Amino acid sequence: MTQTQKNYAIEASDLNLYYGETLAVRDINVQIEKQKITAMIGPSGCGKSTMLRAFNRMNDLIPSAHTTGSVFYHGKNIYDEDVDPVEVRRRIGMVFQKPNPFPKSIFDNVAWGAKINGYLGNMAELVEESLRGAALWDEVKDKLDKSGLSLSGGQQQRLCIARTIAVKPDIILMDEPASALDPIATLKIEDLMQELAKDFTIIVVTHNMQQAARVSDFTAFFNLDGGHAGVLEEYGITAEIFTNPKKKSTEDYITGRFG
Amino acid sequence: MTQIQKKEGFADNLLQRHRLGNFWSRLFQISTGVGIIALIALLLNITNSAFGYVATENKVDPETLAINGIPLEQLHPIDLTYILEQNVSAGFFRVQNNEYPFEERTREEIYDLVIERVVEPEAVSTWSLFDSLIHKDEIEAKASEKYPNAELSFQSWINGNFLISPQSADPERAGVRTAVLGSLWVVTITLLFAFPTGVGAAIYLEEYAGDLWINRLIQTNINNLAGVPSIIYGILGLAIFVRGLEPITSGAFLGTVDPTTANGRTILSAGLTLGLLILPLIIINAQEAIRAVPGSLRQASFGLGATKWQTIWHHVLPNAIPGILTGTILAISRALGETAPLVVVGASTFITFDPTSPFSKFTTLPIQIYQWTSRPQDEFRNIAAAAIIVLLIILLSLNGIAVFLRNQYSNKI
Repeated sequence: MTQTQKNYAIEASDLNLYYGETLAVRDINVQIEKQKITAMIGPSGCGKSTMLRAFNRMNDLIPSAHTTGSVFYHGKNIYDEDVDPVEVRRRIGMVFQKPNPFPKSIFDNVAWGAKINGYLGNMAELVEESLRGAALWDEVKDKLDKSGLSLSGGQQQRLCIARTIAVKPDIILMDEPASALDPIATLKIEDLMQELAKDFTIIVVTHNMQQAARVSDFTAFFNLDGGHAGVLEEYGITAEIFTNPKKKSTEDYITGRFG
Repeated sequence: MTQIQKKEGFADNLLQRHRLGNFWSRLFQISTGVGIIALIALLLNITNSAFGYVATENKVDPETLAINGIPLEQLHPIDLTYILEQNVSAGFFRVQNNEYPFEERTREEIYDLVIERVVEPEAVSTWSLFDSLIHKDEIEAKASEKYPNAELSFQSWINGNFLISPQSADPERAGVRTAVLGSLWVVTITLLFAFPTGVGAAIYLEEYAGDLWINRLIQTNINNLAGVPSIIYGILGLAIFVRGLEPITSGAFLGTVDPTTANGRTILSAGLTLGLLILPLIIINAQEAIRAVPGSLRQASFGLGATKWQTIWHHVLPNAIPGILTGTILAISRALGETAPLVVVGASTFITFDPTSPFSKFTTLPIQIYQWTSRPQDEFRNIAAAAIIVLLIILLSLNGIAVFLRNQYSNKI
């Protein structure tokens, strides 16, 4: 249960995650590279979303969930007693599967997170900068006071990304961010991810093999092992995983033979 | 069109399935119809009593009071005062003059007093609205035969005077002012007590309380309390607020005891009792509203590094407020219509002065209506119907305010 030497963005060490008695993620050791896009793939129910949520303690919100092992972030185990999960979630932001903007104006959607975290700078500048960062500024600059819910699905998802980068996290977790969007909106999100990777570390859960192959630098393949969920089968550079997988199960999955 | 081919292995029962559906939909239509008929019957019954012909007989004919051919309506205040002095007891005249000297009164005020005390119009017979509309001629014939001196007029029992007059032993002069003010005072206290307490409890139970046996026990108890008969709350209020906390509910601790009550049977006791009564309703409704806030909103908030309280205050409550308001207004409507617990807590059945503080004696509209319907004279039934209309109008306005507030919050974004 120690941290490895190299300076990673975040790393899990012997991580186990339970829902009640059920083990959902088992013995995970994974190191996420800084300012890279890491994709987590695997069949439904394999625990990849649970694993993603373990990185910013979102699982704490589920009463029955509990965790053993460590997740090191800046050399500190975020599951230590003295770590406040609220601070963890500000540093490690999250974008959800279904776009979920607040029922507030576009401006307030972006500004709210920064405001409650005590942002001291110029709010209008931050909102513009964040919306530009999410490639949404040109589409919404004339209607910042309109409801965030009035936007299209793809725009809403980019608004959620803008809202996340407004609180200036190091890492952005994305839980199937494009699964509820049409192909064009999906492409925009993928382009945006490439752009964001210049400043942020991105971990993305996806069901879409092409998407993982297109956007990610690293890929982690999770699997159900003989009925047991949450096993990390293979982890490595995306190009290698997709062209030369070490395990048979990985190859079967990415070529679409199961899952 | 060609016949759609029957599928092998499936029964040919489409017609039957439609018939069953139609049967149920017809049944639901009928039950809705029964509800509407009941509602219309209620409204007709009330309006039937609240309007109609009245035969009024004057004890003294106003024409005989004319002085030098000048009719009563045009007499000078001094002449009116003179008429009054001649016709009422000396004691009454002196008391009136001491309270408010006749020289300072307007002509209209003295005229009203002459009508009330000297002319003394009295309703000798009343007819319902439907009789008045359908058998107009018969009523006129009967009235002129039986009460030759009476004047027949169509009267709305709910009128300006009825709204601003206090309770009176004489149905023509009795009004709902005391009762309306009492109801509003009591409901205000109820709301001030039950709304913050109820919403607070709902937030705690939904957001903070863990899944422990004690919390489940509390939840079950709250659900059951919502169904406890209201008279039991009356007994509880009598024991706790009227008797137990008398120094507080009577206002003694502030030194503002109402000399006419000097006990705990005050607006404060009544308001708190009704507050206890509607507390479970408010809690359950607010819990439902809080539970209905989508989890994705909470997650979005937590995901940005919001604390639990920031999430509740900025997202959960604003989204739950329309539901909470709807529940609260239903609960307040219930409190406004409650009679039984207030009888136990000690509502007065006959007071003529306005409530002035939470420590005043009080009566409320339902109590007033109940009291009037149990009087023997016919006219009390008419003003009871009028009071019911007033109560219904207050209830509908409260509901209107709730709908307005709810839309106000829902339209915000």
